[in-house]
This record gives sequence, C-alpha cells and structure tokens, in this order.
Amino acid sequence: MSTQLTTPTDRGSAETLARGKGEPEWLVALRGEAAELAGTLPWPKPEKVRIERWNLTAVGGYETPASASSLGDLPADVQELIAEGTENLLVQHNSGVVWKQLSAELAAKGVIFTDLETACKEHGDLVQQYLFQAVKKDEDKLTALHAALWNGGVFVYVPKNVEVELPLQAVLFNDKAEATFAPHVLIVADSNSRVSYVDTVVSDKGSINGEFVHPSVVEVFVKPGALVRFGSVHSLGEKGVDLTLRRAIVENDGRVEWVIGDLNDGHTLSDTKSIMQGQGSTSEVKVISVGKNAQQMSLTTQAVHFGKSSDSNMITRAVMKDSASAIINGITKIEHGATKANGVQTEKVLMLSPKARGDANPILLIDEDDVTAGHAASVGQVNPEQVYYLMSRGISRQDAERLIIYGFLAPVVSEISVEAVRTQLQRLLERKLEG
Amino acid sequence: MATQFVIDGLKAEIEGKEILKGINLEIKGGEIHAIMGPNGTGKSTLASALMGHPKYEVTAGSASLNGEDLLEMEVDERARAGLFLAMQYPSEIPGVTNSDFLRSAINARREEGNEISLIKFIRQMEGKMKELEMNPEFAHRYLNEGFSGGEKKRNEILQMLLLDPKIVVLDEIDSGLDIDALRIVANGVNAMRSEERGFLIITHYQRLLNYITPDFVHVMMQGRIVKSGGPELAQRLENEGYDWVKEELGITDETVGQA
Repeated sequence: MSTQLTTPTDRGSAETLARGKGEPEWLVALRGEAAELAGTLPWPKPEKVRIERWNLTAVGGYETPASASSLGDLPADVQELIAEGTENLLVQHNSGVVWKQLSAELAAKGVIFTDLETACKEHGDLVQQYLFQAVKKDEDKLTALHAALWNGGVFVYVPKNVEVELPLQAVLFNDKAEATFAPHVLIVADSNSRVSYVDTVVSDKGSINGEFVHPSVVEVFVKPGALVRFGSVHSLGEKGVDLTLRRAIVENDGRVEWVIGDLNDGHTLSDTKSIMQGQGSTSEVKVISVGKNAQQMSLTTQAVHFGKSSDSNMITRAVMKDSASAIINGITKIEHGATKANGVQTEKVLMLSPKARGDANPILLIDEDDVTAGHAASVGQVNPEQVYYLMSRGISRQDAERLIIYGFLAPVVSEISVEAVRTQLQRLLERKLEG
Repeated sequence: MATQFVIDGLKAEIEGKEILKGINLEIKGGEIHAIMGPNGTGKSTLASALMGHPKYEVTAGSASLNGEDLLEMEVDERARAGLFLAMQYPSEIPGVTNSDFLRSAINARREEGNEISLIKFIRQMEGKMKELEMNPEFAHRYLNEGFSGGEKKRNEILQMLLLDPKIVVLDEIDSGLDIDALRIVANGVNAMRSEERGFLIITHYQRLLNYITPDFVHVMMQGRIVKSGGPELAQRLENEGYDWVKEELGITDETVGQA
C-alpha cells in the first residue's frame, strides 16, 4: 500500500531541508514558495496520456551524499559510462553530487562546471539571473514540486567568446528508490561561446525495488551567437517514472542542438522545447525512443519562434514493442512578427507489435504570414520490400529486420558526441530491442 | 558439380492474376541466357518469383539449383544456395550503410565465428568498387538512399561481385544507364563469367547484348517463352522489333495480366 501524500512536501519541510543544507536565503525562500505552489497547482496534462494514473509522488527523502575520493569509488555501471581520460566530469548519486572535476585549462578561461547546489552558494548572483527563468516554478505541480525538491544538479557557465572543444559530461545515477533524485541542469552560454554537454540519467535496475519518480528540469540559455550542443540518454528502470522538462531560450543568431535518447523502462514524460527569442536563432531537436512491455510515454518536442528568420528542425523516432504506448507530439509555434521564420518537424513511429500504440501528432500554430513550415509524420511497420531486399542477399529475416530497425534510429544515435555514451546508447538499444 | 538451374512449368500469380503461364528454361554453368520481350509480358515477374518476392505466389512448376528445390526455400536460403537477383528497383534502406549491409550479406554465408575480417572485407569491397568506377564514398552512404538510377545499378553489380553467386539474374540492369555505365556494368558481368556460373539477363533492349554476348536468346510474351534462338535472334529483334514474332505466332496482345 502506498503511504505517499498527494503533495509530498510542504513549505515548512522544504525550507528546513534547504536551511539544513546551508542554502542561501533566496533559495530557501524559492523552495518554500514552490512547495506551497505544489500543494495547489494541478499536474500537467499532456495529450492523451493520463499521467495522474502514474505514481507521481514517490519522490522519497533527501539523502546526504557521500563524496567519492576517486573515480574508483564510483559504481562500476557509472565508471563504464565515463569518457576515457576526461577531465570534465560530474557525477550525481541519488540526492547529491559525489564527484566533479574541471580541467585547469577551462577553469582558467572562466568556465564554471559544478553542481548547481554549490553554484547557488558560490555564484549566487549569476545563478539567480537564470534559475527557473526558462521553466517557471509556478507552471504546474511538476515544476513547483521540482523547484521545492531539486538536488545536486549541474551548472555550466561559458564566458563570452570561449569555446569548449571537448564535451562536458555528467552522469546522474540513482540506486535507492527512497532517496530523492531530482537533478536540475542549468547551462548558460554567453555571447559567441560554444559548448557541448552530454549526460546520462541512469538507475541501478538490479538494486532498486521500490517505485520512484525522477522529476527533472533542464534550462539552457543561449546568448547571441552562442552554440550549445546538448546530448542526453535516459535509462531509468521499470519502477521509475521519468518526468523531464527541457527548455532553451535562444537569442540572436544563437543555436541549440538537442539529441535525446529516451530509453527508460518505465513511464516517461519528456518535453523538449526551444524558444527562439532572437533574430536568426536556430534550433535542432532529435529524439529517439524505444517502448517496451506496458510502458507509457508522452514525448513532446516544441519550437517557438519569436525571432525573425529563426529556424527550427525537430525529429522524433520511436520503435514500439509489446503493448507499449507513446503519444508523440511535435509543436511548431510561429508568433506574429517572426517573419521569414522556418519550422520543420518529423515524427516517425515503427510498430513492432499489433498491441503497441504510437500516435504521431504534428501541430503547427502559425500567427505570421511570411513564414515557411512543414511537417511529416508516419506510423508503420517494418517495410516488407526492404526485408525482401536484404533477404535476397542471404541475410536472415531476423537480421534483416534488425538492420532496418537500427537504421531507423541511426540518424540520432550517430549524433551523440561522447563515444562512451554512444556505445552505451547502442547497448541500451540492443537491450530494449532484443531483450 | 557443374551448375545446373532448371525451371520447369513455372506458373505464378500476383493478387490472383496469373502472370507466368508455364515457364521452362534450363541454364548450365558457363551459359548466358537473355530473355527479351516488350513491357508487361511477365519478364520481371519471372525474376521476382524465382527470388521469392512476397507479392508473387507460385501456383505450379518447379525451379531447382543443382538439384535443390528453390521454391521450398525462404528468400535468404535461395540467396545462400547461390541465386542472385540484380533488381530493377532496389530498395532504399535509410540508416544502414552500404558497407555494413555488404558485410552482413557476406557473413550470412559464413559460419558463426568465421566472419570475414574487417580489413579483408574493406580490401575486397574497395577493390570491386574500383573496378566499377564507384566513388569510395558510396561505401559509407546509406544503402541506395539518394543514389541515382545508375548508381543503384552499379551497387547491384557490386553485390554480385562480392557474393559470388552460382546463378545471376539481371532484371533490366541496363535501364537508366548511360553508355559509360552500361560498359562498366557489362565489364563487371563479363569478369564474372565462368564455368561455375550461369546468367539470365532480362532486358527489352538489345544494346546490353552488344557488350555481353548471350549464348541463348528467348522471347517472352503473354507469360510464356514463345521463341528461342541464338544471339542472331536478339539482333533481328533490335532491327525489326517484335511485330514479326507476334505475326508469326498469331499474337495480337503480347501483354499478360494487364487490367
């Protein structure tokens, strides 16, 4: 029997926890307000997926993290995700960050790469300008709950004109259902800077028996002329509910590129949105997913155009097995005044079982005449002509289908910039597709 | 054993319409047969039915390769038994690189644990691509995706060269090829001629046969082979068209299964 409350936190306990962790007063106040909002606001209502039927309140309790003294102290599952020889790495284990390092070279250039809790203490003025500005704490119960409870997290700041060549990497890991696991990722790329960031959100599927929720938020601020490449692979176990909102605000001539692998085994709400505020700003979103067993997913990509000549491209590809179901929404919104904007989106679903469900919903909302926009959506099975062609070369039916399915997902897989993460993504795909 | 391919009384239909009305043909290793005929006479259906395309149903007859009944086999088993069909319209397969595909096809013929080494494979593939004057970049492109008609045909011949089949069926390999590409494709085929291998070339133009000299020429109409001869038959068809054949046989409509 579940003993969870409808709203698993209140102002008093949120503030007490924040003070106990030595958080600055502004953050204590923010958490208190958010906890109160969480008590009154409704859960988000994605199209055709009734998330209120999921166990949304199993957020657990805060668990004081024990810092790792060397990479060798980290669980083996985490170690194999780490890019070889990287000097730029952050690891969150359950409720807090246990490892972080940044190369001396990047530190000397003024790059900040640390956990968000530390950043709130050490770079409070900077963080306050951005934290909960792209995703507001009072949007719904999810954003409020997250604002009240978030822990560990990542803060990236890249100063003007600084280019970070190698990807910054984070591994966000939980192995205890009772521990609150709610990272918040905040990335600020100042004018004409460049950075690429890759993370893996993963749970230890062997050791977790209880249900848990991972309410997480990603905020990315792309200043004029900057470029942010964001890659993320989620692989939480069957007992987990993943609620992840990602949002970027892109200024003049800035660009954001998202590559997302939603490969959880449990219910998933994933919403990735680029707001193209500036003239000439651009966005690209690529999402892949594999649904298995009785998993339910709501996968949304969004592009909102305010800037003139802004450009967006969104691609979602999902493979659905068993009785899994996915509602895939693509929303392109072009605001009045965003002349010469161009927004394109594609959603494709490959169905591998008659009991699986995959709905592709392309939505174009256009309030300006002088724009171009396009969408394509398809839901289908493995093409028998393609299977025939491969088999006519001696390849077995099973291998032929396998090649076609991997090929369907390949355009996104190949975009992941960290080899260790790409290899892990391949492994996860194999596990989900063949297991 | 010398290659022997025997088609006997083969009938096939698509969506309930009978297209092949009893095909008899025997091809031995070292021989090149050409099947000619106007569009819509069942030539490509013969190729597809032999390979086992899911849309075609064989209703009677047999096809055997070295005594093995091909029609009892799955498509992949037919290929591994030695049948190769260069298709008129090869499928495009996004996300699967040409080289990954070729390596899978080669390894499908080898025992598990005895897969071709990557280096050996690359050396073979690059060598054959060079013979076909293909841009090496095509190894890394997705299979047939965005290939021009001629590039697809060359890629079919590349597969033929790498898979070393016993019976090769070329279905309209010459359509959409310019004269240079036609010469390159023909060179590829001629390089493969051997006593162990037989060819069945399906075409409705004689021009390919200027480069690949057939031993036997068959004319197909109304789902049957209606006339057979030597290379001189192809020459006469080129010069005079098909009307004389129709006249000789009293055929007014040579097509089959047209709505």
